[in-house]
Parts: sequence; structure tokens; C-alpha cells
Amino acid sequence: MSKNQNKLGNCFLGSTYAFLYLPILILIALSFNNARYSTTWHGFSWQWYSLLFQDTDLWISALHSLVLGVTAGCISTLLGTLAAIALFRFKFQGKSLLQGLIFVLIVIPDIVLGIALLMLFSKIQVPLGFFSLLLAHITFCLPFVIVTIFGRMTHIDKNIFEAAKDLGASEFIIFFKVTIPMLLPAIIAGLLLSFTLSFDDVMISYFVSGPSFEILPLKIFAMAKLGIKPELNALCTIIFLITIVTTFSAQLFLRKNKHA
Amino acid sequence: MTDYVIELQDINKRFHDQHVLNNINLQIKHGEFLTLLGPSGCGKTTILRMISGFEQPTHGQLLIDGKNANNLIAEARNVHTVFQSFALFPHMTVYENVAFSLRCQKLPETEIKPRVFEALQIVKLADFAQRKPAQLSGGQQQRVAIARAIINRPLVLLLDEPLSSLDYRLRKSMQVELKQLQRKLGITFIFVTHDQEEALSMSDRVVVLHDGQIQQIGKPREVYENPANLTVAKFIGEVNIFPTTVIAYQNNAITVEIEGQVHSYKSKKAYLPEDKVNILLRPEDIRVYDTTEVDDTNDMYPGIIEEVIYKGTTVDLMVKLNSGKVIHAMEFFDEDDDSLVYTLGEKVWIQWIRGWEVILPHEA
Repeated sequence: MSKNQNKLGNCFLGSTYAFLYLPILILIALSFNNARYSTTWHGFSWQWYSLLFQDTDLWISALHSLVLGVTAGCISTLLGTLAAIALFRFKFQGKSLLQGLIFVLIVIPDIVLGIALLMLFSKIQVPLGFFSLLLAHITFCLPFVIVTIFGRMTHIDKNIFEAAKDLGASEFIIFFKVTIPMLLPAIIAGLLLSFTLSFDDVMISYFVSGPSFEILPLKIFAMAKLGIKPELNALCTIIFLITIVTTFSAQLFLRKNKHA
Repeated sequence: MTDYVIELQDINKRFHDQHVLNNINLQIKHGEFLTLLGPSGCGKTTILRMISGFEQPTHGQLLIDGKNANNLIAEARNVHTVFQSFALFPHMTVYENVAFSLRCQKLPETEIKPRVFEALQIVKLADFAQRKPAQLSGGQQQRVAIARAIINRPLVLLLDEPLSSLDYRLRKSMQVELKQLQRKLGITFIFVTHDQEEALSMSDRVVVLHDGQIQQIGKPREVYENPANLTVAKFIGEVNIFPTTVIAYQNNAITVEIEGQVHSYKSKKAYLPEDKVNILLRPEDIRVYDTTEVDDTNDMYPGIIEEVIYKGTTVDLMVKLNSGKVIHAMEFFDEDDDSLVYTLGEKVWIQWIRGWEVILPHEA
């Protein structure tokens, strides 16, 4: 490749990443801006962060989101692991249809799922609050967990399970000593992924939440309606950091898996 | 102890409508190295999987150590498999892989440890106990798989094309190692392969399978020198076939015409005139002479050299006979003889030693 081509390639890549990350970088910069209304730079300040830490309402909804994310993440990882293993190890009729339906849930618009869940919950009279949110979050996290773990399983030599059986292992031992340890990196990746998905979901949560249980993304959404305050920038910066850390650790676990 | 460690009686296997195995009858002796040989799809792996318990016969009986094992689950059979892909547990160390079956039996670690190291010593991997499979070479992984399978002192070790994923040199040395290991352990080995050379060089007995049926069971030499039928002859080694018709059968010999010459060949099996037969000759049984080398050309056939393939220890020749038929001859080098120089288009005489031909009835 010639030098010029190289330059052109770098230029293109640079502008693509600038397009993707510039808005977030501006948000982060403004969260440290020493001015309430201006978007021009008035000097560095931590004041919006300290203001943020004094807002108890916000903290409560953050805590709610954390609890919801961890619970939904754990439950969907547990269910998703079992589902992925079942899809991989057992042959049954309609298996490929089921696999296809998982992918449908991934690409389905959130608004459709949100309204559908709301209709279901009102029909079977689930009160809108923590429980309805939890059910909804499990619903949209589950397909991602299944796809992550199933993808990992397809790389496993099926003979390994037969070898374990051949050496005298019961299904119980195969599950806990062979299947789970081999899938552990993918399971952790699935857990982190579903936590992230749950933690920043607005659309579906908007339909199925109630006043008894406020969560952070919806709180931010409501705050933003009244105009973007610098505290909000600070809050979004923190959320962005949390998301980055969990996503990178998920990737790291998956990569470690490949080399193991 | 019964006479046979494994016995297959009238085993049939159908997958949907497809007959994979047809009336398989096979008795395997204690301590024998038996090879199931055949092309892919001949049913050899199905037999292996049936013995290990991963497939059930549609019809027939399987005896392990004299007891009916048809309904015995895989994990309850004292029979272990070495898989083609090795199927080592990637998340466990070599030690943990080898210890797996003993840990499944919940033996105390004080008993497991010496046995694991004993098994690792047998396969010369005691120094690698703490490595992960990914840190080992293909040959070493193969040995871990063997150590893992023998540690439980199985009645029978099943090997499913275990050498096919190794490169040529390693495969050769593993062949010798496996044979030595089998002698040392005294365990019955059932080895599956499609490589006839591997089968001939390692086995006590070879079972040739084709289309789900046993074609021949015998010692490597019997299978090679006295093939039971054309399928076996064609599959094991190279062979030249002369189809012809019996003119007469007298004094335990048939008279036939080959390439325009009428000769008699010894045959224990009686034939009637007009019976169709095939005369089979291995390339190494055919002698090729320069036209200047011979005086008496009675019993010889004229031909023209079509192709010369130098192979180091041998020279392979394609010789076109008068009828247009091309036969394959293999000449061994002899230090004192520099006559093994052939040129394309050269006229030669070919001959074989009487009695080395194999006569088989015609197959439809």
C-alpha cells in the first residue's frame, strides 16, 4: 500500500471515529465547564459533580437502577445459560425455529416490545413497579445472553461431552465440571452485557415503570425535558464510564476464553 | 474371564431407512490389536460407537466380557475411547484431564496422584502435568488423550482414527509407540482407520469393512496376500486385474487365456468351463525385463513403458500391454543391478512368478 493510500485510510478512519465520539467528548468536557448556561469554555470545575452527589433523589434512582440491573442480569444470565446449553446439546423439533425467534427478539424495535409488555402486564394485572421492570428487563436481556453463550458453545468440540461421558461422568458432573467451566468467560460476558443493557434502557422501561420505583435513565429523561443542566452532563459522563468499563471487561473475558 | 472380550452377534444398524451395518459378527480376543479398516462411510466408526455405548444396535447383540451390554449406558462400560480430535478438556491441566475418570469415581486424591503420574510416565509426559492442552503439540495432546483413556485400566481401548490429524512423520512414530504401548499394557485395542498401511503395520488382525458389511477378517498378511474378494483386493494395496474366462479345470489348475496367451494356474477352488474369473497381481509381483535381458519369452508378455515414477526405494512403472491394457509394476532397487533404468516408450517383457497370482470368481 502506498503512503498516500495509507494517509487517506487514516483520514477516513479518523473522521468516522470523530463523528461517533465527538458528541460524547463534548458532553464530558461540558461536565467540567465552570458555567451553568453557556456552552463556551469558562474554566475547569468539579462543581457539577459535587452538586450531583448531594442530590439524594438522584442517588435513590441510581441505586434502584443498580439493583434492577444486577437482578435482571443475574436472572437472565442463569436462564440464558440453560437455554443456550439446551439449544446446543439436545436435538428436538422446531429447534431452528426457536433459534430464529431469539434473533427476532434482538432486532425487534424496543417500542414494540415496550407496548406489548405494558399490555400484557395490565391484562394479567402486574402492578407497574420493580417487578414489572424486572420482568421486562429479563425479557430483553435474555436473547443477548443466549446469543453470546451459544456463539461460544458452537466453538466447542462436541466430542468433549462424549469423552466426559465415556470416562464415566454423569450428566451432573458434565454440567458442573465441563460445560460451565468451559463457558464461564461467555457467561460473565453475558452477565456484564445484560447489566449494561438494563442499566441504560429508557424505551421499554418508560412503558412498564411506575411511580413507586424510579430508575436512573427515566429520571434523566425527565430532567432533560426541563433543559440540559450541567449536573446532567456530569451524570451522563459517569454512566458513560460505567458502560465503557463493563463493555471492555465483557470483551476481555470473551477474548481470554479464546486463548484458554 | 470369557474367551472374548467383545462379541458382536448379528448386529444391524439402521439410521432412518439407511442400512449402516448388516449382520456384523465379530469376536475380539483379550489383548489383541484389532483394526477396523474401510473407506469413510463403511460403518467402522458406527461399530466403535456401538461398543462405547453412543449408538444402540437396531438388531443383534453386543457382549462385553461375556455379558449382554445392549442396554448398558456409556458411562457404565469399562471401555474408553481416544477421539480423533483428542477431545481434551481445554480448561483443565494435563493432570486434571488424566485424573478426570478417577475423580468421577470419587477416589481419594492420595490414590489418584500416583496413578496419574504412572499413566503420564507411560506416555512420557510426566514433566507436563501442569500444562494446559493448548500449550502442547499435537503429538503430546494425543498422548494425554491416551493417558486419560488408559488410567482407568479399561478392558478395551477404542481408537477412532487417532493419528489422522498428525503429520506424516509424527504419525509414523506414533504407530510404533501405540503398538509398543499396547504390548506393554496388554489391553485390547480396537483401532479404526481408513489407512491400509496403518492397519497392516500395527494390527494382529484386520477387519475389512465395506458398505456396512465385513468383507474379510484376517491377519494383515492374509488380507493382503489372499484377499477374500475384489473389494478387499482393491482397497488394500494396488492390484492389477485380468478378467478372463475358464477354458478348463483339471488337476487343481485352471486354464485361462490372458493377453492372447493360454496358461494354467493352480486353484484349490474348482471352476467349471465358461466360469468368469479374475486373475489378480500385485505390482511388486510383476517383473519387468529389458528386451536384451531375456532369451526365452515363453510365458512373458510384451509391453511398452508408459510412465516411470521414481520413489526412492522402488521404481513404479506403468506398462502398456498389446491389448492396450495398462498395468502397474513396482521394481525394487538392487545394489548390484543397474538395469533398473527405464525410458519412456521402451519395449519390455513382463512376467510374474507362478503361484503368486490370486484367482477370484467374477463379481456382478
